Amino acid sequence: MRGVNPALLVLIGCVAALPLFGGAYALRLGTIACMYAVLALSWNVVGGFAGYPSFATAAFFGFGAYATGVLLNKGLPLMPSILATLVASFLLAGLFGAVLLRLRGHYFAIASLSLVEVLRELVNNATNLTGGGMGLNIPLASGSGILADATFFFYAMWGLLLAAALMVIVVSMSKLGFGLACIRQNETASNMVGLNSTLYKSIAFGLSACFVSAAGGLYAAWVHYIDPSDVFDILYSVKPIVMALMGGLGSPLGVVCGAFLYLGLEEVVWRNYIQIHSGVLGALIVMLLLFLPRGLISIRSSMFWQKAKHV
Amino acid sequence: MSEILRLDAVSRHFSGLRALRAVTLGINRGEVLGLIGPNGAGKTTLVNTICGVTPASSGRVTFMGQDITGIKTYQAARRGLSRTFQIVQPFAEFTALDNVAAAALFSQPGESLKSAREEARAHLAFVGLDAQAGQSAATLTLAMRKRLELAKALAMKPKLLFLDEVNAGLNSAEVERATKLIHQLAANGITIVMIEHLMKVVLNVCTRIAVLHNGQLIADGPPRDVIKNPAVVDAYLGQQYAQRNAAGA
Repeated sequence: MRGVNPALLVLIGCVAALPLFGGAYALRLGTIACMYAVLALSWNVVGGFAGYPSFATAAFFGFGAYATGVLLNKGLPLMPSILATLVASFLLAGLFGAVLLRLRGHYFAIASLSLVEVLRELVNNATNLTGGGMGLNIPLASGSGILADATFFFYAMWGLLLAAALMVIVVSMSKLGFGLACIRQNETASNMVGLNSTLYKSIAFGLSACFVSAAGGLYAAWVHYIDPSDVFDILYSVKPIVMALMGGLGSPLGVVCGAFLYLGLEEVVWRNYIQIHSGVLGALIVMLLLFLPRGLISIRSSMFWQKAKHV
Repeated sequence: MSEILRLDAVSRHFSGLRALRAVTLGINRGEVLGLIGPNGAGKTTLVNTICGVTPASSGRVTFMGQDITGIKTYQAARRGLSRTFQIVQPFAEFTALDNVAAAALFSQPGESLKSAREEARAHLAFVGLDAQAGQSAATLTLAMRKRLELAKALAMKPKLLFLDEVNAGLNSAEVERATKLIHQLAANGITIVMIEHLMKVVLNVCTRIAVLHNGQLIADGPPRDVIKNPAVVDAYLGQQYAQRNAAGA
């Protein structure tokens, strides 16, 4: 797997050049691409590394959007709000994780799904703080023009993607990553060799949540208005899983490629088949998973093999 | 000889099933205790209870003078209670080396991945798997996987080692090799508790035998005495074995 992590950083570096080539539309697309990649990379920590299929991404996305939104409304600047959101989300997810991660497989998936519903209902009912079903208006961050704003949020989301990628790379090379790989393969044996699997899983869950929440926070500041059905949309849970599967489960480079590919497909299909876009997108995903079950990353490594033969 | 582990009236119920009934047993430092009994007697449950996989319903487990009843599995592992599984439990995608490195890494606080891998190499060599170090665990034969289990258990620097049927499913040459390894471990001063059905191995290796039947300890003592014990013959060994044994003696 040597060379994969540098390739990931190069890919992310290339994305940074986007504003040189495109206008507001490209920036919007680029911002969403970075956001999707953050979501997919984060999901990969708990879903890919530890093998726990989490559906809680939407819960932490929504939590982050509302936490940042409320803090911004209280007059805190953007960066401290995002940082506070990130830390709070890590702690909250670690706590949830310690409870939920006792369940395995499908049971964990369903429990994590319920987290989305619980948080959505809480936000819906805390009208004084969050505006409930009426949604939450978020003050404009800069007001220095549309394009400048778009560029700012693109780079903010890009920075978050870079941070998430660095986190994932560090985890994958560390004792934590090694331990998560043990847990994925055989949790009983992991415990038996002295690995505190509850702790490791909780940290993984926390790490998978905090960047998602930060992305949610940036999203909220970017779109200026959020409501529960928007940011707690279950699609935020499902999309990262599809991206990770499309790109190659467990591989950071793969899931980022998967995120970009997914967004590309989504955009192209939506433009051309507006009436039946969900159906076409679904069919495309099914085809991809049927013919490339190990994801995009498997194409890459097979090309590598052929090169090696000729050398 | 001082006791390294003490069980006081340890019981374990699985709802209606009483898998262990007030087992009281002391294990001395440096001995090789054979734990025998018919299938379902509670041998593996006893090991699981000590290692924290299925905590005792009642009673007390003391390890090196400290109460460890209800301890978590990973805590037991870090204290030096290590085991092999009857049904081997490798990390299938990992290489043999990383399997053993994982054991060294997580059982010793402050260990780094690099030094864990170095240690792992030595343990693989000890069990004769150095040639397979780079092979994924899923591709090893059963005999090799059993030895891999042993290497993993050793990488945890055990004070007390439980061997759960390390010889089950092996041919006689492989059994001989495994027996030799157990002898070496005992010579290195590791206290061993082995669950074993092959009486030849038990008599060859063990310094003492404890017999479980229906969750109760029915005999405990030197091997030659225990195999003549009528209750043990009735419950486990069978008349044929006793007669053959008497004729041979």
